[in-house]
Amino acid sequence: MRSYGIAVWPVFGLLILWCFPARAEPPALEGYFSIEPRIFLDDPQFPDQPAAGLSASAVFAPEWVVEWDDGADRLTVSPFVRFDADDDERSHADLREMLWQRARGPWTIRVGVGRVFWGVTESRHLVDIINQTDQVEDLDDEDKLGQPLVSAEYWSSKAGSFSVWMLPGFRERTFPAKDARLMGAIPVDADRAEYQSSARSRHVDWALRWSDSVGGWDLGASLFRGTSREPVLEPRLGSEGQVVLVPRYDVVTQLGVEFQHTSDALLWKLESVYRRGHGTSFGALVAGFEYTFFDIGASGADVGVLSELHYDSRNELAPQTIFDRDWFIGMRVGLNDVQGTQLLVGAILDDDGTLAVVEGERRIGNNWKVEAELRVFADIDMDNTMIFGFRDDSFLTLRLARFF
Amino acid sequence: MKKYALVLLLLLAVNQSAVSQLPDGLSATERGLWVAEEANRRDEGFGDTSTEILMRLISADGRVRERRLTWQTLEAQSQSEGDKSLTVFHEPRDIAGTAFLSYTHLNEPDDQWLYLPSLKRVKRIASANKSGSFMGSEFSYEDLLSDQVGRFEHVWLMNEPCGALECFVIERRPLDEDSGYSKQVVWIDTEEYRSWRIDFYDRKDRYEKTLVFDQYQLYLGRFWRAGELRMTSHLTGKSTELSFADYRFQSGLTEQDFDPDALRRLR
Repeated sequence: MRSYGIAVWPVFGLLILWCFPARAEPPALEGYFSIEPRIFLDDPQFPDQPAAGLSASAVFAPEWVVEWDDGADRLTVSPFVRFDADDDERSHADLREMLWQRARGPWTIRVGVGRVFWGVTESRHLVDIINQTDQVEDLDDEDKLGQPLVSAEYWSSKAGSFSVWMLPGFRERTFPAKDARLMGAIPVDADRAEYQSSARSRHVDWALRWSDSVGGWDLGASLFRGTSREPVLEPRLGSEGQVVLVPRYDVVTQLGVEFQHTSDALLWKLESVYRRGHGTSFGALVAGFEYTFFDIGASGADVGVLSELHYDSRNELAPQTIFDRDWFIGMRVGLNDVQGTQLLVGAILDDDGTLAVVEGERRIGNNWKVEAELRVFADIDMDNTMIFGFRDDSFLTLRLARFF
Repeated sequence: MKKYALVLLLLLAVNQSAVSQLPDGLSATERGLWVAEEANRRDEGFGDTSTEILMRLISADGRVRERRLTWQTLEAQSQSEGDKSLTVFHEPRDIAGTAFLSYTHLNEPDDQWLYLPSLKRVKRIASANKSGSFMGSEFSYEDLLSDQVGRFEHVWLMNEPCGALECFVIERRPLDEDSGYSKQVVWIDTEEYRSWRIDFYDRKDRYEKTLVFDQYQLYLGRFWRAGELRMTSHLTGKSTELSFADYRFQSGLTEQDFDPDALRRLR
């Protein structure tokens, strides 16, 4: 079990509690726990991987929120714990949030561990760079580790929001254990991470951001200087003479822009980044649209169709990506019923393979929810080195969650 | 002394306009519009409101599901703009913290954003879903957000008793092609110009839903708000009740509180 415990955070917590005004509301406890069996559809590709197709897993994710000064000050603490029966690295705990936020007039100050999302597109999140991906959670890049941060944001009615972010302390990406499913063809030895900076994970990263909404446009621009959240996976010799992949974290500068134009049922979306630091600099782009047909046949259901194109000019010195030249198509169905039933079907199409996804969710009663996520690796070519090792790892995750 | 007299006169004038009487000799269309505008005028100057809503979704066989949300509104700065509203959901628990921000516009599509707390993501969403159900309830988005005078063509039908009061009965036809209705019939009392009942007719001109207002309370001595709303769907037998608690007026909400970027300040 990998845990995240730096002594400074409990101290910080005590400091906040000590500063607490007596008239603060008592903390509200929220969150969920869930059981999440995973069913692998094919026999494993590698001998060390567990032979059983069914893998048990469970999550506990509570959240405490305390507000004072009429909500102008807020402290949020949300740990996350997963137990996984078959993957020692997926069994992990993380402090997703321990954030103090103070909003005063146009200023918002944030101090602690937090989660930040930037961007507009659906199939790839290029611009989003503050948090590290918690890759053992899922393959969609949407589960993130808590990031230590100090930030100040200024809001102006005419010019939008400006923020500056100081990020002391880097979080390493999580990888499956070397005998687990979804580990790939060559195991990653995350304990041997290498850094370009001599400060290693203590390198202080910085980011600037501007965003605004003007008429039908939502715009954003960001600049990041610091340790790349994406590692380059370098082949090295392991302790028993075998080949392992070791994550190497370069120091990069990334400029990101995002646009969304919204008119009636049609959304146009674009994200693009320019990054220097992994050898040759490169650019990447994701752009597409989403169109929603509302109230299909007076049933109340909405159906959205999405399509996005991916382009990435990085070379082999940069972290590998599957999104070099791909096409994403998807469909979203929302029944707008009492149970909030939703379905998402999508596929990333490449010359040398297809990644398909089906996600469905439905509420049961007031506090329960069932979800199903199917991820399929189809027609994976030998040339697709990055995911060739996953070609027998198509899986279905079922999730039963109780919210409180 | 003259100054005071002037102020007094102005106050009287304001007061006069606030309770102005229906002019004689108007056609049915002019009368319908006049009543709608007068109801609107009487609500001008509320500034901002916030209230806690308990929503009860009642199925045809009587099963009840409860939803809880906080609803905040910021009054439009000018006649050409619509109000801004922010809804934060508390129950059901799986969507706790989700927020819905809407800017209504008179002659163009509304702007709408969602805040998804699990991803910390602010997302602009398509705004043409006027006739869609709000949270699986019998209320559509337009029922809750789009009742501005300029969005309808009004005709006065008649006056008739409604409970202990007398009501104007006004027919209004939505001008918006995206509206889910062919027409609505509204009962507005002749004393305080409060709505008491709305009959909704769908695009096929079927009598689809009835909304009944109850438990009116007066705030700041000027603004009437219903404490209970009940929407019944005649086609499905389902109904939705809204109970409003802890109404607060003019608590100093600003444009910033209704900015998409401010959604990130929520949980």
